[in-house]
Amino acid sequence: MDALSLARLQFAVTTVYHFFFVPLTIGLSLLVAVMQTIYYRSGNELYKRMAKFWGKLFIINFALGVVTGIVQEFQFGMNWSEYARFTGDIFGAPLAVEALLAFFIESTFLGVWIFGWDRLKKGVHLASIWLVALASNISALWILIANSFMQEPVGYAIKTVTLPDGSVTQRAVMTDFFALITNPNVWVQFPHVFFAGLLTAAFFIMGVSAWHLWHRTKNREFFLRSFHIGVVVAAVAGLLVALNGHSQAQHMIKSQPMKMAAAEALWDSEDPASFSIFTFGDEPNRRDVFAIRIPALLSILAYNTPTGEVKGINQLQKEYEEKYGSGDYVPPVAFTYWTFRAMVGGGIVMILIAWFALFRVIQQRLEQTRWLLRILPYAIVLPYASNTAGWLMTEVGRQPWIVFGLQRTEEAVSPNVTAEMVLLSLVLFTTIYGVLMAVDIFLLNKYAKDETQVESGVLPEPSADREIAVSY
Amino acid sequence: MNFDLNSLWFVLIAVLFVGFFVLEGFDYGVGILLPFLGRNDKERRVIVNTIGPHWDGNEVWMITAGGAIFAAFPQWYATMFSGFYLALVVMLVALIVRGVAFEFRSKHESPTWRAIWDGAIFFGSLIPAILWGVALSNIARGVPIDGSMKFVGTFFDLVSPYSLVAGLASLAIFTLHGAIFLTLKAGGEVAERALKAAQRLWLPAILIIAGFVVWSYASTDIFTRLGVNPGIPPVVAVLAMLSIGFFIREKQLGWAFIASMIAIALSVVTVFSGLYPRVLPSSINPEFTLTIYNAAASQYTLTIMSIVAILLVPVVLGYQIWSYWAFRKRVEPTDQLEY
Repeated sequence: MDALSLARLQFAVTTVYHFFFVPLTIGLSLLVAVMQTIYYRSGNELYKRMAKFWGKLFIINFALGVVTGIVQEFQFGMNWSEYARFTGDIFGAPLAVEALLAFFIESTFLGVWIFGWDRLKKGVHLASIWLVALASNISALWILIANSFMQEPVGYAIKTVTLPDGSVTQRAVMTDFFALITNPNVWVQFPHVFFAGLLTAAFFIMGVSAWHLWHRTKNREFFLRSFHIGVVVAAVAGLLVALNGHSQAQHMIKSQPMKMAAAEALWDSEDPASFSIFTFGDEPNRRDVFAIRIPALLSILAYNTPTGEVKGINQLQKEYEEKYGSGDYVPPVAFTYWTFRAMVGGGIVMILIAWFALFRVIQQRLEQTRWLLRILPYAIVLPYASNTAGWLMTEVGRQPWIVFGLQRTEEAVSPNVTAEMVLLSLVLFTTIYGVLMAVDIFLLNKYAKDETQVESGVLPEPSADREIAVSY
Repeated sequence: MNFDLNSLWFVLIAVLFVGFFVLEGFDYGVGILLPFLGRNDKERRVIVNTIGPHWDGNEVWMITAGGAIFAAFPQWYATMFSGFYLALVVMLVALIVRGVAFEFRSKHESPTWRAIWDGAIFFGSLIPAILWGVALSNIARGVPIDGSMKFVGTFFDLVSPYSLVAGLASLAIFTLHGAIFLTLKAGGEVAERALKAAQRLWLPAILIIAGFVVWSYASTDIFTRLGVNPGIPPVVAVLAMLSIGFFIREKQLGWAFIASMIAIALSVVTVFSGLYPRVLPSSINPEFTLTIYNAAASQYTLTIMSIVAILLVPVVLGYQIWSYWAFRKRVEPTDQLEY
């Protein structure tokens, strides 16, 4: 593989890995804050134990989110220096604002919260978890403001600059900061990510609680009440993710029609446009081998009316050749198509599970529905799969662009970083990510199942103490 | 000095690095001293818990400095981060394992498990403590940058006897800083051992740093640029460094910590004021040097970011100081330890 492909693979690995931890942070921080608020207002010790128990799982998850976030920030300069040069005037600003406005609060007050139990005044301690939750979400907002510039560049101008050796090059410069933060893409993308975070946290809580209910461990009350919080949030957030996803798709048809066409495997423009249930396509020749399509449904989804043209891949390719010059403007169709379906499919399954579970809770028959309790721990993978598929579709569907219409991915890679260097870092990062993932799951599993954590929340003592000579 | 927005951002980035080295400096020191000062698991937990509430917030100073360089001087960011690629990979690996190690080490009772994460904390602190010295010395001395602002050297251009001495100097000062911090924050025998460590570390640290300063005089233009009268920061930095020895002997440990903070802060200030208005000198041709003008973002972006920074930096300082105040008590082995 060449340096470009390796750099892309490394970006994908790092981003997907980072985003395993982000949604749970976004959602669980809020739910822990809610639990602690109930404790603060009612004085009910059960909710204090709840905030501590779920908080501990939140912390195990948070550490990995932080350290992989550093790699995220650095790799724009390390692997994508030409991207950093071209868009730095615009793209650097939201990252710096994120660090100053959100990440400082998040990190400082998480430390305050972890170490502040029974040391700080109750109100101050409660405020610290709310600050963590708020800052996590503000952090996500600013990162999505940065990402939205790549999806839908706004508020910029292209400027010609002269380099020290006299050669000239072009760079994008910011002309309107306000346009950057009111980018329409941000305001369809952020709610989708926010509710996906809540849905992730809700399925996490439901899964762990269901495990305890199924095994009939003690603390039934604790896990039943936790489950109630989880199931209500999952039912509501599930619908809101879907609703926001729908408005995001409607926006995408206008802003990035090629991504939509690829996600639907729509080779040629149609009016009314049909929606693909299943397509097995011949990508090189851009035709269907076998497809089941529902007539007019894509038009309805796109415009809320049964008519209206949705542009196809062939027409868009022609249009882009006229606009941007010759080149291949079609993203990997099968990949975009199937990741889109994985995301939506996972979402639908989650909504069905959540509403069925809510129905059982209302009937007070949750604990009698043994098979549901049995499958819910495994259902924790669903939000992770959907979150990952969603980002893969968003980023791969934008190819060949790194910034839509402005810079191609192949032009953005660092010219002075060789394939060998990227291979080395890719192998190193992937190995470490793999090991740490295993450790993370081991710890989450241990603490999620540990009854004593519900009671005391104190860390285990080592089985035998040793002298320093033995340890090094 | 014509004080414009470009200069303001140069100063702000210097401030972020000062904050980072002063705070994360003792974090690194504590991590490096962990296997030497903690004789059993309880003591090692005490040591880790002294920085428990703070290490993450301290690290954000570096992340913010990175973001600020990206936003204010994108060409500096692009050249330096791609140019220092392999060094940064090593740094990132160290920071990843170190960060999770704090969180993970006490969450499982197996002695092997804890020994592994203690090792991760040690190496994860040791490696960045050296690499920061190496990085700063390379920035001060200049690196191969061509006329299109690209780094054209290799990893081995960054490794030289001079940069290694710089790495040892930063390692020495951070370790000393961490030892003094532990005399103030750790309870029981750990504090006594930390005091002994500080007493032993002071003289070697002075000698290494003196060696580094002499070599810098010969091999960079930082001091020639500062002139015969180098100004207040380097002189006070040297005095602060010398006074640490006095305060340690007199057991005025609060003052010793303030002195080591001042020494670190003013060393960073000296490097930055020697660089100004350059941000990354070219060793090929002075014409190709990246400066606060040719590497900068537009005036529009700098204006927006200045407003953001002036509003937020004081707030950040405020609540970080508060968090240190809130956890000002010594960590005793009898406390309930969170890490």
